[in-house]
Amino acid sequence: MRANSGKANIIRLFNVTKRYGGKLALNDITLDIEPGEFIFISGPSGAGKSTLLKVLYLAERVSEGQILIDGMNLARISSAKLPFLRRRFGMVFQDFKLIPNRTVFENVALVLRVAGEKPSYIKKKVMHVLRVTGMEKKANHLPQPLSGGEQQRVAVARAVVGEPSIILADEPTGSLDRESAQRVLDLLLGYHQNGATILMASHNIEQMNRFSKGRNIILEDGTLKGISTILC
Amino acid sequence: MMRFLNKVRTDIRSNRFLNIITIMTIALSILLVSVFILFFENASRILSAWNHGGRAMVYLSDSFTPAMLPNVKEQLISMGSIEKMVFIPKTQALERLKKEMGSKIQFLSTLQENPLPDAIEITMTAHSSFEQIQKAAARIEALDIVDTVEYGQGWLGRFLKLFNLFKMTGYAMSGLFLMIALFITANTVRLAFYARQTEVEIMRLVGATDGFIKTPFYVEGLLQGFIGGVLGMIILLAGYLTLSSGISRNLDAYVYLDIHFLSWQAVAIILFSSTFLGWFGCFISLKQILK
Repeated sequence: MRANSGKANIIRLFNVTKRYGGKLALNDITLDIEPGEFIFISGPSGAGKSTLLKVLYLAERVSEGQILIDGMNLARISSAKLPFLRRRFGMVFQDFKLIPNRTVFENVALVLRVAGEKPSYIKKKVMHVLRVTGMEKKANHLPQPLSGGEQQRVAVARAVVGEPSIILADEPTGSLDRESAQRVLDLLLGYHQNGATILMASHNIEQMNRFSKGRNIILEDGTLKGISTILC
Repeated sequence: MMRFLNKVRTDIRSNRFLNIITIMTIALSILLVSVFILFFENASRILSAWNHGGRAMVYLSDSFTPAMLPNVKEQLISMGSIEKMVFIPKTQALERLKKEMGSKIQFLSTLQENPLPDAIEITMTAHSSFEQIQKAAARIEALDIVDTVEYGQGWLGRFLKLFNLFKMTGYAMSGLFLMIALFITANTVRLAFYARQTEVEIMRLVGATDGFIKTPFYVEGLLQGFIGGVLGMIILLAGYLTLSSGISRNLDAYVYLDIHFLSWQAVAIILFSSTFLGWFGCFISLKQILK
């Protein structure tokens, strides 16, 4: 679906199909993504946007086809190796997925703790990311009393704290007001400009225009309907 | 490790009620098992003391003559487990009887001949159990020159049968209560796991390994088991101190009762078992949930 531009593709999908029972969620998707690209996945509800992200971080296994991440074939990833694959991703979800009984700091630090980083490094790194996302003053707060925008900024902080090469964002602004959504998009834009590959699923096509370059993948009923280049 | 302990402290606080129930169940089960162990340890010691330190009287048949004594002694020694032997000729036995009966000996003077048999008093080696004495007695009794062997087998044998039956019931009850404690611990872990399902799901999403997810549960299970065991031991000790002082005050004058608390080895084994119980309950649950 893309001419080889010389850069090794960071994500490759070959004829990926995902079925839930008899229903097709993804139908024969073939796609190459280069490092540092911004991929906007658009389409109506039920088009397969979330499923496409899920098969990438192996929340779901594909029914047919192959996926390569950084040359690693996901079909060959065992359950024991799955955590190490997931550490390559930063993930942002519409419902934030923050642990309610842990502070903002602890939620963000979790990514580094599971990776076995030293406490001194964790403290320094987490506080830095919270400063960048504007959540430094809320470090010791529990997530629930925070606003949706603040919670999503914490989720973005958690997604980027491990410096992943790929960020997967599933409707990250879906439950936010315009101003909060803007702030979250600015953060993602900042990390994209620093070299992160971002795949963002959204049904809000206007958001796409904030990114200066990238591609828009249009899904409909699980089928790839087209790919357009974003040029602002 | 400190991070895991802090995490466990937070988790225990957030599931306080469940944790208290589990600790109490473990404590009660351990208490019950320990009560049985305490009872059996003491009862065994008292019974062996009542068995006169493993003494038995070998009554010799009428055909015995003092010239045969070295030969009989040799035969007894060859059977092993005998520490000491004292020959009591029938004349000496009659004298002893007269002395013991004091003023009531008049009827003895009417006897034409000494009705008592010659006897050998044997003392078994210190470690001999009642069963060993019983076996040795049967072997001695099989000798031609021996008439009977007495070692208090009548009442003590009956009491031991009752004691053994009680011991079996004790084992069965202990096993049952430990199983109940195990299932309750396993279920508590299961409930705690489901209560933290969102947390576990998020941990997995950010790349936590199974080990990272399971460790706090295991530490919690070990702590529950250990605290339950310590609590059970404290209740047992309190009960022991109260009861033993009462028993000593009232019964010491009548009967030999040497009651001790559990040995430190037994306490260590019980605490280890209760800690293992907490861990094993956790293991069973997590194995089912995280298959």
